[in-house]
Amino acid sequence: MTVTAAPAPAAGRIVLDETVAARAPWSAVVRRGQVLTIVDLHGNQAVDCLLYNAGDTAERYSAPDTIAAQGGIFLTTGSVLRSNEGRALMTVVGDEVGRHDTVGGACSRESNTLRYGQHTKHQHACVENFLIEGARWGLGKRDLVSNINWYMNVPVDPDGSLGIVDGISAPGLRVAVRAEMDVLVLVSNCPQINNPCNGFDPTPVRMIVTEE
Amino acid sequence: MSTATTAGARAHARAQGGTVVECMPTVPAGEGLSWDETVPGGGYASKRLARGTTLRLTDLHGDACVSVLLFNADEPWERLNVADTVKVLWQAYVGEGHLLLSDQGRVLASVTAGAPDRSDTFCGTSTLASNTGRYGGGAPHTATPAGRELFVLAAAKHGLTRRDLPPSISFFQGVRVGDDGAFTWLGSAGPGATVELRAELPLIVLLANVPHPLDPREAYTCTPVRVQARPGAPTAPTDALWSRSPEGERALLNTADYLTARGIA
Repeated sequence: MTVTAAPAPAAGRIVLDETVAARAPWSAVVRRGQVLTIVDLHGNQAVDCLLYNAGDTAERYSAPDTIAAQGGIFLTTGSVLRSNEGRALMTVVGDEVGRHDTVGGACSRESNTLRYGQHTKHQHACVENFLIEGARWGLGKRDLVSNINWYMNVPVDPDGSLGIVDGISAPGLRVAVRAEMDVLVLVSNCPQINNPCNGFDPTPVRMIVTEE
Repeated sequence: MSTATTAGARAHARAQGGTVVECMPTVPAGEGLSWDETVPGGGYASKRLARGTTLRLTDLHGDACVSVLLFNADEPWERLNVADTVKVLWQAYVGEGHLLLSDQGRVLASVTAGAPDRSDTFCGTSTLASNTGRYGGGAPHTATPAGRELFVLAAAKHGLTRRDLPPSISFFQGVRVGDDGAFTWLGSAGPGATVELRAELPLIVLLANVPHPLDPREAYTCTPVRVQARPGAPTAPTDALWSRSPEGERALLNTADYLTARGIA
């Protein structure tokens, strides 16, 4: 496996540099103006991500407000990640992949039973990560909504068919997002093993926060 | 009529009874119905519905856009999950035969009528900020209410708050996604279009009838929707819908499993 020790693409002082283990949750508050760079260390690792206004977590990432405002479903450089109140939480300021998903949502034990069968009920899933990590910040089930899937590839065919297909990321590719307000970032390093979102092999990712 | 005294005020108030307008509930609902209400453009409504109820929405004048949120009435933290609804069933355009899934791997409602090119699972509804930008205002007391503001009000009637509002699905105004991911707004099918949702669990239903976020028209354009609910039977294993897809069948089986354990199957 290739591990790229990528520096943050954003200039400035590193205030946080952590590796998220395969299958694990992660969270941090990214202050206004700081840049979070996510590094797909081994390639094609879906990073499920939710954002909250750190001062009022009832205001949180809204996939529909984000994609309606930009006129299309894919996230890439320039995408403004909007809240359920229509405000900018973060902006994508760098993207070495080309496009990321925000339609497919997070995997859960419950939805796995529908997608693959009851035998997957006791496999780990992103919603489990969101719930356990969110609980550290006083968030619960009601606070989970449609999320961002960094590095995940979800095309929509002309007939409306939609699904998670092989990724277009590669080892070391980065995406960088700038906080437009103080934002709580909640992440699940996706543990899914039943579809190509992680190349059927969940791997670690790196999270770097920088500031000018 | 003078309202200077309590007697005069009472007579004045009572003289208003029996007024009929286009947008109002009919109480009691008509024969065989458990809910009959016409909701104006810029309006909202909500109801608890029994399992098996068919909710019929009719776009009376051709410019309705009804955003819908569904909750398990017994455990409202189980609610519509639009992402699972499109991902699990491998289809983004929701029409007849689709299942509206909760976050718990169960079916909240099945779509028993509706055109897949006249619904939207992507864009949600409008916000105070977006409507203020588009129309100069978005608060419920203005002429251009935002969908999310109306959902906050509808949710409150059931003890639910801003935290309880996930992305919604909307009906009557269609959206298509191109290869590049860009949206194309299709507009409506015209007056008389209908959508039917059958409750597969006891439901709290919230409806907001507001312009679609991608509606390109400069003016806030939204016309009334007729809402009629009729008690009936939920989807049964003998129905074609039950086994339409392996994912959907497992969702219906999970729903039956939950209801059996709960004692209300």
